Amino acid sequence: MLDIPAAKSTETIAGAVHSDHRHDSGHKHVSGEAIYVDDIPTPDNCLNIYIAMSTHAHAKVTHMDVSAVRHAPGVAVVLTATDVPGENDVSPVNGDDPVFADGEVLCVGQSLFAVAADTIQQARAAATLATITYEDLPAYITIDEAMEAGSLLEEPYTMARGDAASAIDGAAHSLSGRFYLGGQEHFYLEGQAALAIPGEDDDVLVYSSTQHPSEVQHTVGKVLGIPNNAVTVEIRRMGGGFGGKETSGNLPAAAAALVAKKTNRPAKVCYDRDDDMVITGKRHDFRIDYRVGYDDDGGITGIEYDQAARCGMSYDLSMAICDRAMFHADNTYYLPHVRITSYRCLTHTVSSCAFRGFGGPQGMVAMERVIDEIAHTLGKDPLDVRRVNYYAAADEESIRNVTPYHMTVEDCVIDEIVQELTASSSYTARRSEIREWNKGSPIIKRGLALSPVKFGISFTTSFLNQAGALVHIYHDGSIHLNHGGTEMGQGLFVKVAQVAAEVFQVDIDRVKITATNTAKVPNTSATAASSGSDMNGMATLNACETIKQRLMEFAASQHQVSVDDIEFLPGRVRVGAEEIPFNKLVHDAYMARISLSATGFYATPKIHWDRASASGRPFYYFAYGAAVTEVAIDTLTGENRILRVDILHDVGQSLNPVIDLGQIEGGYVQGAGWLTTEELWWDDEGHLKTHAPSTYKIPACSDRAPDMRIGLWEKGRNREDTIYRSKAVGEPPLMLGISAFLALSDAVASVADYKTYPALHAPATPECILMAVERLKGGSS
Amino acid sequence: MRDHGTFLLNGERHEIRDMSPTTTLLNYLREDQKLTGTKEGCAEGDCGACTVVVSELVDGAVQHRAVNACIQFLPMLEGKSVTTVERLRGPGGTLHPCQQALVDTHGSQCGFCTPGFAMSLFAAYEDRQGKGLDRDTANDVLAGNLCRCTGYGPIITAAETMGDLPAPQWGEDRAARELRALEALCHTDTVKVASTDQQFFAPATLGEFAELFAEFPDATIVAGATDVGLWVTKRHMHLKTIIYTGRVQGFAHIAVSDNTLTIGAGATYSDAIQTLAEHFPDLGELVRRIGSTQVRNAGTIGGNIANGSPIGDCPPALIALNATLVLRTGDAQRRIPLEDFFVDYGVQDRKPGEFVEAIEVPLLENPDQFRCYKLTKRFDQDISAVCGCFHVTVDDGQVSSARIAYGGMAATPKRASAVEAALVGKAWTMETCEAALSKFSEDFSPMTDMRASSDYRMRSAQNLLIKYFVEGTEPLSTTRLVGRGSTIAGGANHA
Repeated sequence: MLDIPAAKSTETIAGAVHSDHRHDSGHKHVSGEAIYVDDIPTPDNCLNIYIAMSTHAHAKVTHMDVSAVRHAPGVAVVLTATDVPGENDVSPVNGDDPVFADGEVLCVGQSLFAVAADTIQQARAAATLATITYEDLPAYITIDEAMEAGSLLEEPYTMARGDAASAIDGAAHSLSGRFYLGGQEHFYLEGQAALAIPGEDDDVLVYSSTQHPSEVQHTVGKVLGIPNNAVTVEIRRMGGGFGGKETSGNLPAAAAALVAKKTNRPAKVCYDRDDDMVITGKRHDFRIDYRVGYDDDGGITGIEYDQAARCGMSYDLSMAICDRAMFHADNTYYLPHVRITSYRCLTHTVSSCAFRGFGGPQGMVAMERVIDEIAHTLGKDPLDVRRVNYYAAADEESIRNVTPYHMTVEDCVIDEIVQELTASSSYTARRSEIREWNKGSPIIKRGLALSPVKFGISFTTSFLNQAGALVHIYHDGSIHLNHGGTEMGQGLFVKVAQVAAEVFQVDIDRVKITATNTAKVPNTSATAASSGSDMNGMATLNACETIKQRLMEFAASQHQVSVDDIEFLPGRVRVGAEEIPFNKLVHDAYMARISLSATGFYATPKIHWDRASASGRPFYYFAYGAAVTEVAIDTLTGENRILRVDILHDVGQSLNPVIDLGQIEGGYVQGAGWLTTEELWWDDEGHLKTHAPSTYKIPACSDRAPDMRIGLWEKGRNREDTIYRSKAVGEPPLMLGISAFLALSDAVASVADYKTYPALHAPATPECILMAVERLKGGSS
Repeated sequence: MRDHGTFLLNGERHEIRDMSPTTTLLNYLREDQKLTGTKEGCAEGDCGACTVVVSELVDGAVQHRAVNACIQFLPMLEGKSVTTVERLRGPGGTLHPCQQALVDTHGSQCGFCTPGFAMSLFAAYEDRQGKGLDRDTANDVLAGNLCRCTGYGPIITAAETMGDLPAPQWGEDRAARELRALEALCHTDTVKVASTDQQFFAPATLGEFAELFAEFPDATIVAGATDVGLWVTKRHMHLKTIIYTGRVQGFAHIAVSDNTLTIGAGATYSDAIQTLAEHFPDLGELVRRIGSTQVRNAGTIGGNIANGSPIGDCPPALIALNATLVLRTGDAQRRIPLEDFFVDYGVQDRKPGEFVEAIEVPLLENPDQFRCYKLTKRFDQDISAVCGCFHVTVDDGQVSSARIAYGGMAATPKRASAVEAALVGKAWTMETCEAALSKFSEDFSPMTDMRASSDYRMRSAQNLLIKYFVEGTEPLSTTRLVGRGSTIAGGANHA
């Protein structure tokens, strides 16, 4: 009857919340058994799809003839804009991302048509046979060009409080500057992939490497002109996402589904690396102008930001991303008088999209650079200037806790974290030691910097803050867990499984983690905004509690005890004085016709946002952390190295400390990479020339600091009622990498005896650093 | 001549015939064999997700090397044994120590790069008889495996600790069987693998190689395919005739005699690095930073010269070392100074049917007078923006000779003749070097591209002369951030 042995009656379960538990797929990753979309066995008649792309940045397509493509060897079908039965659109919001360009192209890499053939080599070769004539139109590639031409997606948007201009004009000191900040390629190791299997009637099943299965489902329905209930989307895992699979999976999925329904054959799209990097969006690059007034201590009295972002050829999620850049223009600092204006530049480049931090990092780097520059002009340790500007601590009576968007910061713990980190990293002593050391080292210079992070948790588009789960207990006592979140490596699945194991007090291996599937949990939001475990954990808790309540009520009536006298213990349930194995209770409940399946739902409380007045509470809570980075630079070449990193980060009461540590380390390295070696380079015609790892350099193994000390903040506990009082961890640690950028600036400043501010732009490549060194040396001689 | 290729895949014998000889090993694994554990991350040998281990007999013993399956043409595996991630586990599914260590240290997150990391670690484990790696070695072993999730820390820990786990019980048995199977595959026939419009030859002797090339002078010569592989996977070229040098007996020889180091054109970087480092410590350091372990295991020094790239790293170094190139057509040899080989962008002094046979490098009385510098956005696995190589000799404080060559500064690897002239005969002082800086613009007008601007190239090239001068008197620890002689980043001390 019960094939699974009764759980051991030990005092703790394996995989309880707050315990270290390894990634559920670790053993499958290392053996190659973990299945990704391109690994799914396909029937022999599966078609492979190549998507042909525009080679012009902005042009009329005056003529496109694909007849030769159709007749090429192995080709089954060629699809253009006229072959789309539904809407020719794969955009997430604004209806401005055609599946296939229709008469006009708006960037290099825009999809023109799809070729499906027996092999991808045939499809690719066939695509070259198309004859396409372009008539070029004016193209804006850079932010400067777009701003000069007034090429914006929408009217500039402002958040403000007080009178920033007057405050700056009346301040004891003021400074202003312009800062250029590069974008970032996601470089998920697994490229975009989708496999569509046609079914009967309108049905199609799509395996999609996506963070947002529901949106892929809705997009496929929209493009095919069929209802959502005909489309099922499934994803077991992605080979990395980082935001790059929030919307970019729509096109390959739609193309695969179109071909599958047109031919009644399975069809697959797997971008190769170069195509992936050309066709998909990146982190927005920014140009940020700032003007700030401050007092003798560095206390900011007023500040103005003009943030211009390269959004590319369409909206994608740029509105929300640019909003989030504004939401994080304050970082951990109270800005008494503030104006932040955002310019969303329409450029003829690929549409910029979500990337871990979602605009937040861009807003935050500028703030940290301003603080750094203020400290420099006053000859102070930047840490001192940071401190005088912090938001008031939680529970402190103060007016210094209101953000530029009129939300009260109720949970600020940054001062405590930074004080602990300053001590544990010996920040002050090392800062002096490094300055002394630099005097005796003419070529190699070292630098040190600390930067704090405050990151708002919730989708700022409030309705997205909802999640669902589906839990079954089978009558052998095994548990099937499903929820709307997707696994991209972040450990979401194991964390949510811990929640189920905790509620039922069974070992985690009893809980089967299953692929995300739109037929099981509908209408989900993207696994994004760091919200995965917060929301899906809560929805799962809700489903499990429903079943648990039924079990308790059943046991109570069966054993004639009060529900209050029932307790789930590891592997068993105490019912009054009696202990019953979990399996037996489940089986008895089944025999008594008790439902052992439940859905769960969660909607984040307290949040609201009024865009018109730029005010509200867009975030449920904030996550905090801080990092100290030490670097060395070579002043003859600009080469540089991160030497040591100390991090203290608040994840509340961690659901799984080892998983969270992995997110923190990975986030830091990715953030540091963004600001140092990762440079996107377009030529004047709008062709991205860094479209493969040979030219686009993410951190490699040796770039990891040889000395890296990462701690979870022991006092961390979410003040809000989140899942077991944990805090989101996906995005915030990326911004710890800002300390590396500031440390490089500190090292550069040494060449002119700290008298001139280096004003580095990002990424601080060797070239950027050498040019700054030369500039400073020139100025000082 | 055999009309098919033969190799071992996870212990099984595979014959290849009647197929495109430019089929990559990766596509063969994933598409033909449905072995999907090996992943495609970039198809250019830069990310390591497709890493497999290729084993071959070298002097009677089995040598294991990690390579990128995405840019290995299938017939290049003639007589070799390929191990993929599916083969690592023991009977009953026990994880190999390199896998178990990755699991234990939380070394995987999304898991897509992980099979490649496991294979790189497996090769290192086999190479070092089951020992863990120190951090510097781990950084070198794993330089060609990109991970976007973990930040590498847990993976480095896995590399360090894998040797602490129990050795696999199945290892010796498999090794013995692999040795016997490899011995059984030995032969000296020329192998031909052909499809309707493509042919691939793998000759076993220099004579046959020369004959084939004379017969097919338009053939593409392939050694490690770390460049030519990309012609197929990136430029989607359809190569008609290919001649593979990897089986040619003696083509990879490395020898020192009469104060000359001779490097056979077929010697891989990995074959040569130890000898190079011994005689020219800085060249060893440069080669350590060329590509990655996987790339160095396949790529050859001869290929790095023969392809004529303006950004190959060996040519400027070897030009500064006054190397001679040995070219051969049929039985006829000629020798030219290496610098004369590079005529213009894409143009070399190589006649139809002629091939690079060897490189001869005169040994130095004072090896530390030779220095080279590779400037990149990222230290490891990156293509040079500028590569500067210096050999200046000084007698009685006067510069008696100067050979300075750069990569990345012109359409070919090129000597800085005007700069050299400004140094020779002068006192070897900082003032002399500074005075020579203005001469760089006579030698070079570098381009701007995605790797660096013209300004950066020029300025950093000039500064390298200053650095070279300083290193004449100051310890490398005061001038270098990584590699040989550096101490600042945790005491790295390579070569």
